[in-house]
Amino acid sequence: MRNFLSDKIVGIKPSGIRKFFDIVSEMKDAISLGVGEPDFDTPWHIRDEGIYAFERGKTFYTSNAGLKDLRVEIANYLKRTQGTVYNPDNEILVTVGGSEAIDIGLRAVINAGDEVIIPQPSYVSYEPCTILAGAKPVIINLKAENDFRLTPEELLNAITEKTKVLILPYPNNPTGAIMEQSDLEAIAKIIIEKDILVMSDEIYSALTYKGKHVSISSVAGMKERTILINGFSKAYAMTGWRLGYACAPKEIIQQMTKIHQFAIMCAPTTSQYAAIEALKNGDEDVEKMRQAYNQRRRFLIDAFKKMNLDCFEPFGAFYVFPCIKEFGITSEEFATKFLQEEKVAVVPGTAFGDCGEGYLRISYAYSIENLKLAIGRLQRFVTKLRESKN
Amino acid sequence: MREELLSIIEKNSRIDFSELAVLLGTSEEVVLSEISNMENEGIIRGYHTLINWEKTSIQKVTGLIEVKVTPQRGRGFDNIAERIYNYPEVKAVYLISGGYDLLVILEEKSLKEIANFVSDKLSTLDSVLSTATHFILKKYKDHGTILNKETKDEREVITP
Repeated sequence: MRNFLSDKIVGIKPSGIRKFFDIVSEMKDAISLGVGEPDFDTPWHIRDEGIYAFERGKTFYTSNAGLKDLRVEIANYLKRTQGTVYNPDNEILVTVGGSEAIDIGLRAVINAGDEVIIPQPSYVSYEPCTILAGAKPVIINLKAENDFRLTPEELLNAITEKTKVLILPYPNNPTGAIMEQSDLEAIAKIIIEKDILVMSDEIYSALTYKGKHVSISSVAGMKERTILINGFSKAYAMTGWRLGYACAPKEIIQQMTKIHQFAIMCAPTTSQYAAIEALKNGDEDVEKMRQAYNQRRRFLIDAFKKMNLDCFEPFGAFYVFPCIKEFGITSEEFATKFLQEEKVAVVPGTAFGDCGEGYLRISYAYSIENLKLAIGRLQRFVTKLRESKN
Repeated sequence: MREELLSIIEKNSRIDFSELAVLLGTSEEVVLSEISNMENEGIIRGYHTLINWEKTSIQKVTGLIEVKVTPQRGRGFDNIAERIYNYPEVKAVYLISGGYDLLVILEEKSLKEIANFVSDKLSTLDSVLSTATHFILKKYKDHGTILNKETKDEREVITP
């Protein structure tokens, strides 16, 4: 029989997370700090609106772009948080999570041979989506000494004649890094000069702990060259609802809508109704969750300091990214050993790019009690490693 | 910071000062002085424990009593409220808008004791016009805490 598989797909490495997931799944009593989604339930009034949508029989397709009312609320949200004005009629597309927006956004703009710049460590799907779209990924290895921000020099070094898109993943998963106004302005200057498009994945925009998140789309001259991606998963604890959105110039949204229409049809209807409620009346819930995350973040940073574990202070998302280079073992060895000996699951930094070597992603989407338990074990483990080294 | 501090200790009054300081991103001294200031100002009025009595062998019956009263000239409802809240078995007294005036929450060992309290002590007060007593059959949620539900983390153990 012939080999029916696509060479392109076979050539894509499976996610490094998947491999680790299989090991963890076999350990029934492990504590996990490996989750990339909120521990909170979706706020009740939002769930209630979803139930109400079912009761009213809102069980049909919506328009391809998503419910008009939802697009209007998204436009309102971006105006009140970023001051950026998007036209709900043709500059906003509601998608199945931010992930779909990443995929179809890239597919809508890529021609064969284009290059897409991907700063890493970052979310696992940018690189495969770039390859699937037919472009060549160009990786920038972000540095701890820059707090994992993207610097203008790093960007300039990665740009070639073929560069079409820069993916800008801030607030960042897995590092927790953010980009502030001045950082973004420096990047924007180069982007405009070199005539590049930015795909700004701002899924964690509601979760920052040092001033409000700034979107690069709000920097002068950038709205017309930005595909802004956001969604409801992280801010409103709605991961399972699968709802995100993309905002971009209408020419791009038009092409993205074409792919979305043929591949997906429309985002889940119930989720869209619930999301309207989230945007209208969810600010207080988001603030409460943000406050809780911030307390946990401070707790972890303090705990690392006490055990002398090197870690830069992250100001976004719900991850910390401590450095384990002092132990002289790889991230994967550390994570595997930690799991086997102390039954705590963390994700090796390498799952998010080769330059994640020497780091671990620790999620604080867990209760303080849970974190305390895990940190106690980390303390014990680290002490043991240090003793065996000496 | 006060609001955040209060919202933490409202849920967990046993948390120690050093941990509070870490969670709030401040020093232990600041936490200590904020708390003692709020105690002095009467903002913090106690550190209670939420007990699910149903799980113990101790019998407790909670009654909610709606009370209609005649307010007194110059003192409004305060005087009669005080007459009622001075009974130690009274757990809470609220002035309520709507169909009646005071809501009295009473905790006793049996229905009979609550009935006795209403007939002997409450109804006999001069200003009390009428009462309506309700008994709590089951407490699902108290002080923001769901009492009889085990929470389980249903998330996948590792996700990107």
